[in-house]
Formats: sequence, structure tokens, C-alpha cells
Amino acid sequence: MKAAAFAYARATSVDEALTLLAAHGDRAKVLSGGQSLMPAMNLRLISPELVIDIGGIAELRRITLEGKVLRVGALTRHVDLQRSPEIAAHAPLLAEAIGHVAHPAIRNRGTIGGSLAHADPAAELPACMLALGATMVVRGKRGERRIDAADFFEGIFQTALSAEELLVAIEVPIPQRDSLHFFHEFARRHGDYAIAGLAAQAVIAAGVFQDLRLAFFAVGDRPMLAGAARKLVNAAVTPGLLSEVAASLDQELDPHDDQQASAAMRRHLAKVLLRRCVATLLDRPEFAESAA
Amino acid sequence: MQISLQVNGERVDAQVLPRMNLADFLREQLHLTGTHVGCEHGVCGACTVGVDGEIVRACLMLAVQAHGASVQTIEGLSDSGEVADLQAAFRDRNALQCGYCTPGMLMAAQDLLTQKVEASREDIREHLSGNYCRCTGYQAIIDAVEATARHRKGLRP
Repeated sequence: MKAAAFAYARATSVDEALTLLAAHGDRAKVLSGGQSLMPAMNLRLISPELVIDIGGIAELRRITLEGKVLRVGALTRHVDLQRSPEIAAHAPLLAEAIGHVAHPAIRNRGTIGGSLAHADPAAELPACMLALGATMVVRGKRGERRIDAADFFEGIFQTALSAEELLVAIEVPIPQRDSLHFFHEFARRHGDYAIAGLAAQAVIAAGVFQDLRLAFFAVGDRPMLAGAARKLVNAAVTPGLLSEVAASLDQELDPHDDQQASAAMRRHLAKVLLRRCVATLLDRPEFAESAA
Repeated sequence: MQISLQVNGERVDAQVLPRMNLADFLREQLHLTGTHVGCEHGVCGACTVGVDGEIVRACLMLAVQAHGASVQTIEGLSDSGEVADLQAAFRDRNALQCGYCTPGMLMAAQDLLTQKVEASREDIREHLSGNYCRCTGYQAIIDAVEATARHRKGLRP
């Protein structure tokens, strides 16, 4: 299908975009890379009156290292993340996850800000933001505010952004040097949205988790930081403990049924991901073998 | 809206509605019908074109967004002879039947082979993962791309 008619405005600065947003509010949609917005418009799931194209705002397209924080401009494309030496060195979780985001032709246009503001519960990047403890930098007419990733995602395609605000950057705290990460997802085809996925960041000393952040995605209406991970921190991990953690993860999940998988299958896959993650991070392959 | 862009090396000035996507613009206004329109929501890859040297989905880009850009379509790529060997390999290995996906496959395959001459079958699979073929299956397509990669490296196919 084709998109319905709309008016188009090209914003050349953040201020100009904010002025347009203030005037048009939720009758307008912000276009960055368009890799989620355009399908939704072509399928007539949404028909904005005005499309505000921010794609040309160069100041939003850069990755900078500021002390212990990586600041990633909202218009940084997936392919830029994939090629960035700063991301590879300081946020390898993101570097690994990005290879699972759609396909090359889409990664050439899709942006990190677009993906996060779109907030598809099956998308990889929102979960990575939770695992990394990132902060969303949001600008409105009245100034800038910072929102923890954990408070940003509110539901299917819903975020803490108001209709008059623009996500301008993401601040990713650089994980400590001995930090490890894990990323895996199950999808029908490489690059498809996940059926279930897990992005994790951990600190391990002498075979014991000092810190463990498990961000599951595609198993609920938003990416979820599993509280069950706490049971694995400062604990001697045994098959028994792992089963206990899997059971408590199961209670936290609220997956949905769709044409790709039943809720029960998603629960099962989440537990498989948990076991594989723990087995990989602790280098204890036998943990992946035990029954999910 | 008024737009100016390069298409296959030629300057084009045109008047378009904001809602017109790049694929429809190329096909309907410029009559470059080698860019195919399949799903119109970015899943099938039939509309793959090059924009400023990178492949994109022409159905997920507005024509107005291509203002000032340099667009390359399958017509440009094949007329220049740049993919003649890849096209021959597709023919030789029966890597197309109805041909609907072929322009997109060629764009994506050529993109990979320019970035990575040493592309493995796994690389090829991954790079073409965004392109659907509903006739031949993918083995013959991957065979054709792999043979071209080997040939370009100077090895026998």
C-alpha cells in the first residue's frame, strides 16, 4: 500500500524541529531514518498530517566519548554503530546486537533514536539500553531532561516522550573494563524481529557474578530487566539455583501469543536464553544443557 | 515539492508529492522500472537501490528525502557493465525464474562484493537475508554470488 497524503517539513535544527512539534503535537510524526515509520505509514497504520524530517540535522549524528560516557546522537545510523571503533571498544554489546537488527539496506538508514522512540517490544536496541543502563536525552521547548532507559519504555510503541519532545541523544555509561556481555535472539530469519531475545551485561570475579543485568525482549509489551538476575549475584551458581532463577523469571514474564510463537513457547525460549547466557558468561557449558 | 538529484549519474529535477516514495518516483516519473515494488513495507528487498553508494529500500524512503542525493538503480548498474559477470552467473546457475527479486538481489550482492571480495557463503547468506525470492530458492542465488566472488578474485569458479 501507499502512504496517505501528508505535509512535509524539513527541519534543519533541533530548535526548528521543536517549534514544529510544539505547533502540531501528535498530529505530526518525526521522520529520522524512516525504517519503522515508513512501513507503518505505507500500511496506513498511522497517517500523520505532518511529517517532520530531522534526517538532515548533522549535530545529531555523532558518537563522542565524554569521560566515562559514550554519547550517541539520535540520528546515528545502525551502520554507523556497526562501524564505530568507539562502540566496538566501549559498548561491545551494542556492536554485537546491531548485526541482528534487520538487514544491511535497512541498517543503512535506520537510526538508534528512531528505533528507541518507536519502542517496538521485539527490537534489539531498547533491550541493550536497559542492559547497559543508558540514559535518554530528551529535548523540548522548555529544555532538556534525562530519562533512565528503565523508565523510558512504557509499552508497545509507547515511551515517556511527549508529543512535543525530541530524543536527541543516548548516554551509555562505559562498562568497567572487566565487564562481559551476552547477546542472543531467536528469530525465524536472520534480521527478523526476535521471537525472544536477551541482551546482558555482567561483571564476574572468580567465577561469581558481581553484577548481572539481563534485559529480555519480545517476551512482553516492553523490554524487561529481569529481577531474577539478583539471585545469581554473589552466589555460587549451581544447577539447582539456576532452576530456581528460571522459575522466578517465569513469574516475571508476561509474553503474548502471535503468529510467530505462543506465549508458552516464548516462556520456554526465555529460560533457554537465561541458561545459555549464564553458561556462556561463567564458561560453564553444562549449565546450558540442563532442562529448561 | 521541487527536488534535484542524480540518478545513474544524470541530473534529474522533478516535482513530487511528499507521499511519493523513491521506488514509485523512479518507476512512474523516470520510467526506470527495473526497481521492483513488492511488499512496500521493507520486508522483501525487491526495491533495493543505491543512495550515495549505500543500498537502501526505495519503498522506505520518500522521494523528497533523496533531494541532493546520488541514486543508482539496476539500470545504471547493468548498463555500465559493472555487474555483467554477476548477471551471467545468475543465468548460468538458474538463479532466477520469474525475475521479480533479481534486481534487488543483484544490488545487494554487488554491494557485498564491493565491500568484501572474500565473501564466504555465510557472508552472502547474511547480506542477502533481507531479499526474498519466491521461485528458485536461495541455493542457486548464493552459488551465483559465490562463483562471481571467486571469479573476481581470479580463482576458477
